[in-house]
Amino acid sequence: MAGPEKGEPRFASVDEVREGLAAAGYIADDGLSGVVYLADRLAKPILVEGPAGTGKTELAKSTACFLGARLIRLQCYEGLDEAKALYEWNYKKQLLRIQVEREAEDGGGARPVGWESLEEDLFSEEFLLTRPLLEAIRASDPVVLLVDEIDRLEIETEALLLEVLSDYQVSIPELGTIRATQIPLVFLTSNNTRELSEALKRRCLFLHLDYPSLERERAIVLAKVPGVTDELADQVARIVRSLRSLDLKKHPSISETIDWARTLVLLGIEAVDSDTARSTLHVLLKHRSDIEVAAKELAVASGY
Amino acid sequence: MLDVLTGFVAELRQAGLPVSVAEEADAAEALGHLPLEDRQAIKFALGATLVKSANHWRAFDTAFEIYFSIRGPQFSVGHDDASAGTDLGPVPADGEGRPPSTAGTLEPVTPEEIAAMLFRALHDGDQVLLGAVARLAVARFSGMEAGRPVGGTYYLYRTLRNLDLDGVLARLVAEARALAGGGAGPSDATTDGEAPGGPVLRGRRPGRLTALEERLLEDEYQARIDELKKEIEAEIRRRLVADRGAEALARSVRKPLPEDVEFMHATRDELEAMRKAIQPLTRKLATRLARKRRHMRRGALDFRSTMRHSLSYGGVPVEPRFKHPKQAKPEIWVIADISGSVAAFARFTLHLVYAIASQFSKVRSFVFIDGIDEVTGIFDRSDTVTEAVHRVNLEADVVWVDGHSDYGHALGVFYERWGHEIGPKASILLLGDARNNYHASQAWVVRELRHRARRVYWLNPEPRSYWGSGDSILEQYAQYCDAAYECRNLRQLEAFVEHLM
Repeated sequence: MAGPEKGEPRFASVDEVREGLAAAGYIADDGLSGVVYLADRLAKPILVEGPAGTGKTELAKSTACFLGARLIRLQCYEGLDEAKALYEWNYKKQLLRIQVEREAEDGGGARPVGWESLEEDLFSEEFLLTRPLLEAIRASDPVVLLVDEIDRLEIETEALLLEVLSDYQVSIPELGTIRATQIPLVFLTSNNTRELSEALKRRCLFLHLDYPSLERERAIVLAKVPGVTDELADQVARIVRSLRSLDLKKHPSISETIDWARTLVLLGIEAVDSDTARSTLHVLLKHRSDIEVAAKELAVASGY
Repeated sequence: MLDVLTGFVAELRQAGLPVSVAEEADAAEALGHLPLEDRQAIKFALGATLVKSANHWRAFDTAFEIYFSIRGPQFSVGHDDASAGTDLGPVPADGEGRPPSTAGTLEPVTPEEIAAMLFRALHDGDQVLLGAVARLAVARFSGMEAGRPVGGTYYLYRTLRNLDLDGVLARLVAEARALAGGGAGPSDATTDGEAPGGPVLRGRRPGRLTALEERLLEDEYQARIDELKKEIEAEIRRRLVADRGAEALARSVRKPLPEDVEFMHATRDELEAMRKAIQPLTRKLATRLARKRRHMRRGALDFRSTMRHSLSYGGVPVEPRFKHPKQAKPEIWVIADISGSVAAFARFTLHLVYAIASQFSKVRSFVFIDGIDEVTGIFDRSDTVTEAVHRVNLEADVVWVDGHSDYGHALGVFYERWGHEIGPKASILLLGDARNNYHASQAWVVRELRHRARRVYWLNPEPRSYWGSGDSILEQYAQYCDAAYECRNLRQLEAFVEHLM
């Protein structure tokens, strides 16, 4: 496995990662920043998995922001193929090139071009359209590659990624193998709608992002919502924690927590009581039955 | 360190985690980049490199805590319980929270003292004191003896029973309520900066607690209690490791993955874990089935689409397009035994079948013990599958005489009432262990069903080797079924459903 040389490590320590992410507005816990740190040291992609709205995509964006790197994003969907993920030949330009050749010939002046040289000409980098994966590998400036919602890809297409992820190279039959000049930091995100292949998982570091602890959620609200007071952030985080302990169809995600806190700030509410909570619940919960359950729970103190 | 890692990985594989050699090598490399004295760092490094599924985390966690537990002479078991109080570690020397038993005292700590400390620790959310209470409580209550081959759960149960955590929770809430309701400021007992009720009610005007506040307060204390339980568990584990060594202990507390837990022997916690695991599992299954359906062979030529695509080649149909064939969706009839021994199995199967109901043209379900009842309506009326499964147990009329399984009678009634509705599109799933309490089998019903239906399958949660032993009369039914399957855990159930399509 003669991959490209590892460059200078991007981070000196786990703490540096955490502080950097915090500066970019992303509150990380130890495990999370540790995995990002390791990904750099081991030159491995990170597979981020977890419920929707827990900041998977945001992690990649914030890392890019903190490193001052360009974010290259590949959004996966069913039916994504090589031509859209890796590279494509610009056939229109190739056709034009042939046409120009022919016209020049007809005009008499120029000498006819042999097939060999024409082929060499047509399949050169000039006619290559780079797609996100190839672009990330060829980039000379620092980049972060984000492959979003990889679980939407069919299992056969997943194999496309393997060469890029393990060896950081792309083989183009007409051109040969293109090696990365530097190893980009790669994030793959998955909502876990299907089991990813073992081959893919083996090549990645695994990071499971779950709902945050009370302290972390409070810090996130404070960082993300301008104008929120300590008390309100604390209360919001507590109520959301209580809601997550209920048996709901869909638990409130971090992004919904933030939306809710923003709503409260906009409404000029300084302390949440049952009534305000109930009247703004629809920001947090998106199922009618969930809202009913939550409203009932928040209004009635159980037990004691 | 490498030896420990190899042992650890071997243990993970024993627990059922698929860890490849490459991943082990990654883990070893990762360890090289981190300070070895930082236990938390080691844990996330190993987790990221070795565990590739959130479902496996629990098994990993258990193994990790055993193999990389904090060791030391203070965790020895069985002798000198009294000195346990002396090794409390970094307890703040000035706070009131200092445990009453100081170094050199030979008197063991009394249960009352522990209870008082516990109350304080929970009240203030004092981490250090909480840890100290956990250590003391384990030393005092668990009754550990060296070399005794008991699992950690037994000690945990003994310790928790003595601490009466529910009572403490009630008292904490009651105190907060009394203080807030009385309009009094912080009492003498809580002069260390925290208002009554801890951080939840900080900066709050005095007055009666609202329902919301009370609820939040309770959740806060509950969270602290959960933390305490974790501390206690860790403490017990540490002592057990010191007593028996990591490998022996890992073997005895190994936790199976949720998809490998047997339906018939699952504990309440395990059932809960399975219930959580089944959600993503059904989603995965549904996507996979839908995809499979779509990617089946191609159908007839799609003339319209071919013409349209030929335009880009100047009207030459270079690329023929095909229609996707419409495949008939099967109709499913589930007939489930829901008597005590196999109830969990029936529940999970119903759950799974209904969660992927969109993959079938029709799903009808029947449950029985000795009487039989149709429950399709319950599933149609309920919002969630979980709720429906719960209601089946309450509302279905399944007891005919004595509430002991009688397959013969149930099947007979089924055939009489619904038999004529079964058509050639139906696949019938019979769920149960076929332990018939020595009643008549009425196996001819299954034979008749097979004539009418497309397929008849029997799913049995018992291991294959038990079939036909005692009052199990599975053979009598199985001879008329297309196939009988062993379905002991979620993994087998999932494989069956996929096969069914």
